[in-house]
Amino acid sequence: MEIPRHWRLRKQRYSLVGEVCPHCQVRIFPPRDVCPSCGKEARELYTFSGRGEVYSYTTIYEAPSGFEQQVPYTVALIRLEEGPMVTAQLTDVSPEEVQIGMPVEMVTRKLRTDGDERGLILYGYKFRPRLQQA
Amino acid sequence: MDEVIIAGVGQTEVGEHWEIALRDLAFAAIQEAVRDAGGLRPQALFVGNMLAPSLSRQAHLGALIADFAGLSGIEAVTVEAAEASGGAALRAAYLAVKSGALDIALVVGVEKMTDRIGPSAEEALTSVTDADFESPQGLTPTAQAALLMRRYMHEHGVPSDGFAGFALTAHANAVTNPYAMFRKAITVETYRKAEMVSDPLNLFDMAPSADGAAALILTRPDVLPSHGDRPWVRIIGSAIATDTLALHDRRDMLFFEAAQRSASYALKQARLTLDQIDFFEYHDVFSIYAALQLESTGFAIRGHGWKLAAEGAIGLQGRIPCATFGGMKARGFPGGAAGVYQAVEAVLQLRGEAGKNQVPGARIGMIQSLGGPAATAVTHLFQAA
Ligand SMILES: [Zn+2]
Repeated sequence: MEIPRHWRLRKQRYSLVGEVCPHCQVRIFPPRDVCPSCGKEARELYTFSGRGEVYSYTTIYEAPSGFEQQVPYTVALIRLEEGPMVTAQLTDVSPEEVQIGMPVEMVTRKLRTDGDERGLILYGYKFRPRLQQA
Repeated sequence: MDEVIIAGVGQTEVGEHWEIALRDLAFAAIQEAVRDAGGLRPQALFVGNMLAPSLSRQAHLGALIADFAGLSGIEAVTVEAAEASGGAALRAAYLAVKSGALDIALVVGVEKMTDRIGPSAEEALTSVTDADFESPQGLTPTAQAALLMRRYMHEHGVPSDGFAGFALTAHANAVTNPYAMFRKAITVETYRKAEMVSDPLNLFDMAPSADGAAALILTRPDVLPSHGDRPWVRIIGSAIATDTLALHDRRDMLFFEAAQRSASYALKQARLTLDQIDFFEYHDVFSIYAALQLESTGFAIRGHGWKLAAEGAIGLQGRIPCATFGGMKARGFPGGAAGVYQAVEAVLQLRGEAGKNQVPGARIGMIQSLGGPAATAVTHLFQAA
């Protein structure tokens, strides 16, 4: 289940916490402590709005372990309105309805179940079609 | 004299070798390469392998393979760079021989892709993506390619069968390659009717996972006892470049920057320009990667890579022949061995030993091996001696 990993990443998985570069103001997600834009150190936390649009998407039928029960599921690259791109599953939508450019928003959902004896469930962000246009 | 040459090559048939163990597969290729090099005994072994620890439950391949190849005691290590492991192992051996630290180096690329199937195999293959921010969302390497393909088709207005040319060329060339997995030509109709894997990517947009091993002997002319009449091939360019591991961290996803950089470094080293390249072995694990490589290296302008395939420019008689023995698509895709197969095939072309697959008058060849969506790109340039 990788509990330590999930613990480390909880702010990102539950609330899309990234960083903002104090030097050039670029917003960064997933967080990395060297700004990809200006190369200087960036450790200031920044919580993203969770709004964005679909840059590309596809549907997966042959899943890795832990995702078998979800097939078919749709993964997308989402351009967040603050700039960065994020990889995430789409939810509350059928694959045929998805389009490039579709407005989406972040929600918290079950990401995967673990095959181990403890049967733990991993939660984190997914995106769904935006309910009210902001 | 610090010129590095390839003095011997070996390869096994690519396929589902359930009856052959990883160590035996590696040995078969090594034995052929050593024999081809006139019995040269290597001082060190560089193993290119992607996922033996998870796919074959076997780590520490250097010691294992050196021992089972009758080379017990020699220096031996594994080089890993996902699907580019074979190219990276060749690069490591090249550096060692070029520097003079070693006189004779052996490269073997080996992978058993078929010992595992289903979700656990998929999980192993997915371990080459970002384990914090990609794979927890259920993303797989195939899905990464599909995401790029969809966006590419959207931006460049590619028709639904626009990528068919890559599979058609690969299959046509594999027919006469005795080491290929699929020696059967296909038609556009075959492509159109293919099962969808991860839309818009269909079964013919991806290479079949397979088992295989390929080997090379690297040395320098000054250490050979006599120059004899063995047909050498010179390594005249060698470079590795990297990009972000996660696709979402790229500034421009539809351009493989690492492919561009490693190709231009290698060309600069060889003092060559692209128009002097007689053939290009690209990393067509997915047809979209072949298209993006053609564009990133400069063989095609942006948005036109797929057209080279559609117009027949990548055929054996075309402007820039690619996948001359069937590529990953039809020769088969043996993971970390793939980059070494490319090298073996390029050597056969430059020796004029490619038979029905011969690119007429081939003097200079370029090979490029990718890890993931070009998070690593390894480029080598070879010249006939
Ligand atoms: Zn900055």
